[in-house]
Amino acid sequence: MSMRLPKQVGEWINRNKKIRFSFEGQEYTGYEGDTITSALLAAGVKVLGRSFKYHRPRGVLSLANHDINALVTDGVDTNIRADVTTLTDGMQLKAVNTDGGVIKDKRKYIDSISPLLPVGFYYKAFHKPARLFPFWEKVIRKAAGLGIVNFNYPRINKRKLNDFCDVLVIGAGPSGLSAALSAASNGLKVILVDENQHLGGSLTYDFAGEVASRKTLIDLVEKVSASLNIKVYTGAYAAGYYQDHMVPVVRADGITKVRAKAVIAATGAFEQPPVFHNNDLPGVMLGSAAQRMMYRYGVKPFNKGVIVTANAYGYRVALDLLQAGVNVSALVDMRAEDKQDAHALELANKGIQIYKGYCVYEALPSKGKLGVVGALVCPYDPLTATADVKKAVKLECDGIAMSAGWAPAGALLYQSGMGVVYNNNIQQFVPNRLPKGVFAAGRVNGVFDLEARVNDGLRAVAEVVNFLGGAVKALSVETHKGPSPSHPYPFVHHPKGKNFVDFDEDIQIKDFINAAKEGFDNIELMKRFTTVGMGPSQGKHSNMNAIRILAKIRNFPVEKIGSTTARPFFHPTPMGHLGGRSFHAHRLTAIHAWHQAAGAAFVDVGAWSRPAYYQKAGLSKEETVQQESLAVRLSVGMIDSSTLGKVEVCGPDAAEFLERFYTGIYADQKVARSRYVMLLDELGVMVDDGIATRLSQDKFFVTISTANAPMVYREMQRCLQVWKLNVTLINVTSAYGVINVAGPKAYQVLRKVVSIDLSEDALPVGRSAEAKISGVPVRIVRAAFVAKQAYEVYMPTGYALSIWKLLLESGKNEGIRPFGTDTQRLLRLELGHPLPGIDTDGLTNPFEMRADQALEMGKPFFIGKRSLEIISKKPLNKVLVPFVLAADYKGEMPQDCNLVIESGVIKGRVTSIGFSPSVGCVVGLAYVAPHQAELGSVFEIRTDNGKTAKATVVQAPFFNAE
Amino acid sequence: MKLLKCPINGTRPLSEFIFGGEWRDMPNPDTSSDLEWASYVHYRDNAPGIKKEWWYHSPSGTWFIAERNTLTDEVLATYLYSNPPATNVEEQSA
Repeated sequence: MSMRLPKQVGEWINRNKKIRFSFEGQEYTGYEGDTITSALLAAGVKVLGRSFKYHRPRGVLSLANHDINALVTDGVDTNIRADVTTLTDGMQLKAVNTDGGVIKDKRKYIDSISPLLPVGFYYKAFHKPARLFPFWEKVIRKAAGLGIVNFNYPRINKRKLNDFCDVLVIGAGPSGLSAALSAASNGLKVILVDENQHLGGSLTYDFAGEVASRKTLIDLVEKVSASLNIKVYTGAYAAGYYQDHMVPVVRADGITKVRAKAVIAATGAFEQPPVFHNNDLPGVMLGSAAQRMMYRYGVKPFNKGVIVTANAYGYRVALDLLQAGVNVSALVDMRAEDKQDAHALELANKGIQIYKGYCVYEALPSKGKLGVVGALVCPYDPLTATADVKKAVKLECDGIAMSAGWAPAGALLYQSGMGVVYNNNIQQFVPNRLPKGVFAAGRVNGVFDLEARVNDGLRAVAEVVNFLGGAVKALSVETHKGPSPSHPYPFVHHPKGKNFVDFDEDIQIKDFINAAKEGFDNIELMKRFTTVGMGPSQGKHSNMNAIRILAKIRNFPVEKIGSTTARPFFHPTPMGHLGGRSFHAHRLTAIHAWHQAAGAAFVDVGAWSRPAYYQKAGLSKEETVQQESLAVRLSVGMIDSSTLGKVEVCGPDAAEFLERFYTGIYADQKVARSRYVMLLDELGVMVDDGIATRLSQDKFFVTISTANAPMVYREMQRCLQVWKLNVTLINVTSAYGVINVAGPKAYQVLRKVVSIDLSEDALPVGRSAEAKISGVPVRIVRAAFVAKQAYEVYMPTGYALSIWKLLLESGKNEGIRPFGTDTQRLLRLELGHPLPGIDTDGLTNPFEMRADQALEMGKPFFIGKRSLEIISKKPLNKVLVPFVLAADYKGEMPQDCNLVIESGVIKGRVTSIGFSPSVGCVVGLAYVAPHQAELGSVFEIRTDNGKTAKATVVQAPFFNAE
Repeated sequence: MKLLKCPINGTRPLSEFIFGGEWRDMPNPDTSSDLEWASYVHYRDNAPGIKKEWWYHSPSGTWFIAERNTLTDEVLATYLYSNPPATNVEEQSA
């Protein structure tokens, strides 16, 4: 039976365009502009889904994005919200939470055994005996949860945009529209956001039977459309509030991050259901849902309805129903006070029976609880929240519209840091403290009268203008007069329960009472025990009622109960909207492509990608690394070290700067000489090391280890500000490429291409020289980090690749071989050099590393010196020693971080270890107790398999052939 | 995302900045006792309130001081270390 009404003025559907779709295997047609729910209702389908826990049939509740029982799947997406999702041609839909269809659901028996399944039952019932829990867990997991995750879901990344405005107005109802217009006329750039497909909010459906009152809507919308200062986003919800007024606005096609100078939340209020037996049957819905259905989609909510109300709004709903041609059986008003407003008189004049001081005691179900056949109404005692069943009257109807009150849609305001106070005149939480630049207007601000809501928008804008530096007259809006829009306690107890507070999770009044009895009588605890507000609607129709129940149980005023925390997102936001491109900056050297072609296995070092070694077919990583290291020891190898941090320290105070920053002496350093630099922090902990080369009297060239380079350079900049020295720092990290040529034949390879004399006499270790390779200016630094015979060649980055290739060519006869960082680590270990960050941790001081010779304690100041003075007075706890395992050691190979143990007590740990083919045994560095550090002393390392390896302390370097 | 005002480059999103820790006056290393020095390097009072903090604007390499109320996360002023507000006033009056 079609429930479609004749064409309504201002309806959102286009009756000229039919849309075909199917639901539960049945074909239907709707109109363009319908939502899934409105099209189904128009076709006479009342049962849209099954409830989460008890599998009760459910229909429409709000038609405002919290109809959690009308979730459908189209086979690709799951848990599609039927109440707000626009119908598209060819949709094939099924309800999600059924076993065998929405009517024949095999799980509907659960409703009849519900007394066995109180809230929290599975926490208690299934934890003993523990061995059976895995079985129960499977059963529970199958029963719980809504739709089925589609593991073949396409990877969809939605677009991300940024937008900016002076004032962001959230919600385009009367307050929001008037605020947007007023802000625009004050010359402010406005963004107006509303989650509905059309502007207007309640102006599009709440007429109290007088459709002519649409004029307000038409006026406001016309002006908004005409304003050049207002940008409108419809079908878009403000998903959250983030610092400094950033609000992500989510639409189907993506997300827009709006940065505003001020935000006005005109977000309105959620209508709240009264709670009575069977208030969840298909056909029982909120009054505003019935209005939305009629005026937005031209659909009759039911044929003959009962209205149960606890405020003036229910009377407006009744008049709207009558206007649309729906029969109204009676209006039941839970309030006993005899204040009749104009709408009540109008209804009485139209011959509608009004039951004052009555409640709906229960909705009478049709067979299978698939709909409503009547309502049992009784006199209501608000003090005890009970009905006088003896005086019950049975009313026939096929639908019930409920209007018991409102809860502010304050999620964004709460997220921004709003403080609230409970206003007893309107029985609602209202803001009493808002953060700077955040404003509230309309029903979320506790303003209900239509004219007052329009004025409240103007008032908020006046505040915004003054906040942004203008000077306009402050406005005020009259406080609410007359009866409260919300009932303080709209509940009706019933011996059979099934009076639902939370429709997401089937939570009844008695569940709250039981939770309190169990001791969960704080709102946050109660929420977690009962799961109220934790379902997909996030408490939009249940939190306020839960607070009211808890207040009653504890005999506290509502204000004392407080509210649970609101967090983003306001509605569920798809992952595709949130997932972004990965912006992990990756730095590549000029030689990177060559490394790739040569089969390099890359490793991330800081932001850089470096070759760890060059893969060879048939060889393991360890074998490859050993081969590469042998090439360096026996002949020559080269490594791309372009990733080194490089800083030029220039100016008359350059040496002074280095002496304060690093631990050594640099004032007397000669030009073209290099010195070791060691950086500590204020605690005296070893942070980094490198080499400083003096290029001229007032210019040093300092290297920093790859991963530490950004941090060390930042620290240099900060120290320079504080010390106020006459120094300029130039970060030349990416300006120069570096190739380290190492091994006994390095000299032979380089002499063929370098313009100067590189012999040991002309350029010993610790010297540097400016030279040319193929006419390209290069700097050559003798640094004995991986081998005694080693040359660091610095060249402009643009020439790095060609010089790399030239050196390969030049070293062909010598068998030159590129090596990676894994090999470099083995090579420097063979020489006994500790690496900061590898052989040190966040607490290691230079004494423990036995690096005292790097410390110039006689200097007036260097970073960490004062702390070292204190540390030096205390005995050492551990020291770093070089060790070897016996050449014939056959046990499990110890690893980095294996512990050094003496008589069951941890004394230290291994920091670097590896088999050195050049030395012929396993070599390593380890922290040990000071008494274990003597040359030749033996200590024990516990390997991963729990056995012990004996290690002997030796003298570094391990390798000393040159 | 929070916004922060770099004294050189103006208001920029927080993702462009690196926090550099609370600014604290270093005691004179030559005259301070071991105890004074140890409390300088090890202790932070961590009490909520207005703090001077080091911040670094990463794209431009600018260190500056932000005075921030750590209770409300409100930034009251940002300025270069070498140019604190008090100096500004003196310069203006001079």
